[in-house]
Amino acid sequence: MANLLRKKENNTFIIGSPYFIWVVIFIVVPLIMIFYYGLIDRNGNFTLENIAAIAQPVHLKALRLALWLGVIATVICLIIAYPLAYILSQTSINRYGFVVFLFILPMWMNFLLRTLAWQTLLEKTGVINNILVFLRLPPLNIINTPAAIVLGMVYNFLPFMVLPIYNSLLKIDPNIINAARDLGANSVKVLQKIIFPLSLPGVISGITMVFIPALTTFVISNLLGGSKILLIGNVIEEEFTHAGNWHLGSGLSIVLMLFIIVNMIISSIFDKTGEGNFL
Amino acid sequence: MKNKFYAKKLIVLLFALAFFAFLTAGCGGKDGPNGRVVVYNWGEYIDPDVLKMFEKETGIRVIYDEYETNEIMFPKIESGSSNYDVLCPSDYMIQKLLENDLLREINFANVPNAKEHIGAEYFERSLEFDPTGTYSVPYKWGTVGILYNEAMVSGPIDSWAVLWEEQYSDSILMQDSVRDAFMVALKLNGFSLNSMDENELLIARDALIAQKPLVQAYVIDQVRDKMIGGEAALGVIYSGEALYTRQENPDLAFVIPKEGTNVWIDSWVITKNAANPDNAETFINFMCRPDIALMNFEYITYSTPNDTARSMIEDPEIRYSEVAFPNLADFYGLETYRFLGAEGDELYNQLWKEIKSW
Repeated sequence: MANLLRKKENNTFIIGSPYFIWVVIFIVVPLIMIFYYGLIDRNGNFTLENIAAIAQPVHLKALRLALWLGVIATVICLIIAYPLAYILSQTSINRYGFVVFLFILPMWMNFLLRTLAWQTLLEKTGVINNILVFLRLPPLNIINTPAAIVLGMVYNFLPFMVLPIYNSLLKIDPNIINAARDLGANSVKVLQKIIFPLSLPGVISGITMVFIPALTTFVISNLLGGSKILLIGNVIEEEFTHAGNWHLGSGLSIVLMLFIIVNMIISSIFDKTGEGNFL
Repeated sequence: MKNKFYAKKLIVLLFALAFFAFLTAGCGGKDGPNGRVVVYNWGEYIDPDVLKMFEKETGIRVIYDEYETNEIMFPKIESGSSNYDVLCPSDYMIQKLLENDLLREINFANVPNAKEHIGAEYFERSLEFDPTGTYSVPYKWGTVGILYNEAMVSGPIDSWAVLWEEQYSDSILMQDSVRDAFMVALKLNGFSLNSMDENELLIARDALIAQKPLVQAYVIDQVRDKMIGGEAALGVIYSGEALYTRQENPDLAFVIPKEGTNVWIDSWVITKNAANPDNAETFINFMCRPDIALMNFEYITYSTPNDTARSMIEDPEIRYSEVAFPNLADFYGLETYRFLGAEGDELYNQLWKEIKSW
């Protein structure tokens, strides 16, 4: 028996080894490099200056703005996604997963292309404004403003909010809802006491999956913000590319990682079973 | 039922395998009989047919990559993780590469076309950043100026100051690169574009901050398309785009502002660690051949220093165009960027960050 068990463990290790190698090469090694670069200066001496640099007004401002826009985008995604996921999980339109498929479909297109498309749509002489002008409506001037960035975030990350909520709603046993109704609960009560609490893991997972990419993005803010609006992601990107200061870039990345870890701890407290994960 | 299940799995597996095969087929590839040359050039800075001709005539395979700014290119070369043989940086970046010992001397005996067809004045001007004149071969040159839409502006456009006028609010495109943005503000205030004087730089920074609410966007390559599309009235742009943009939108005109500007040269250089230095020289020599230089000029419309190629341009209006080939002696305040040292880079970057986050 013990022999059999050991054999099984052995098998697990062999089967898991590609994943293990993947994790080491693409997650562990890069993390070590970020910490290495972040904790030394140009001359190779140990320093905490790159991390403390987050306190500089320029960096603090970019971080605050990124947090703020990330929160707004997450809240908007939640407000749109929850009712939508609920409708999808209840009605028969989605019997064959067709509507959900429609939601995933745009994700097959390149993220950059989709964001560039929004740039063309929102431009002063872009498609949307041409239509508005034709209808004699006032033009929409949100390109190169924070509003355009939030729009880009919501558009790009909405599926990451819909799918985990949808999955957790699907898993609710209809018998529980029927039981609640039998016991005299009205629809509001059922939603409040049964459906929402049971879908919470999906909600938390959705929040994490929208908030983290929104907090760290630099592409959306570059393309839809006209490079006028500096988020913390843009600062880090600039340090690695134009400014060529990998040490400062890594130091700021470490700070950003702290925010991500805090977010993930919160989500793991709520989502102990991991059932909200949509994969 | 069970069979159906397996059939489904099999189809998925086949798809996955096909996808994998497709992926791996893309990489690798075969070198030509004479090996390869790895080129790292500006985006849209060559006629793609030229590369095909080069491969056909020399049997050297070209692996071709592009960058958007000098600053993006530098860390890749510095880190040594890339294997580029030939680069095409601008003047000040060549100086920076040289000072960091990242370039290799060119054996001009293997690049006979360079001295034969490229005007001596361009080599002379190159001495400013390549003091021995042995590391670089000029490829393109030009200035930086204002591209404006005649239908959208009022009054003459001849000064950087128009970029600070309220009436063009949300209709101004600035360059999203440190040196070019500062150049505009420094020149506006009558300073050198290579200024290292902290007071002058702070004045320039404050000017750029004051300008920011009027700026529609900070962009690089997109200036061209946005100006063609009538998205903005004024844009800071390299002179090489002037001919092309006017072909696409006849309302567009280019001007070198009276306060002066940057005159730049982009030159071919060979990296210190080049694995194929001989092929690199063959490549540079090919680029200097008049018919090839002419093809490149006609494709990207950036001014060529290749005098023979210029004399072959058929349309006299372009051959003697004031825009494509300005007589530099007619302009005031022209300067070429110099590398300002690590300290200068850091100072400029810090101030630029302050502007961007304002």
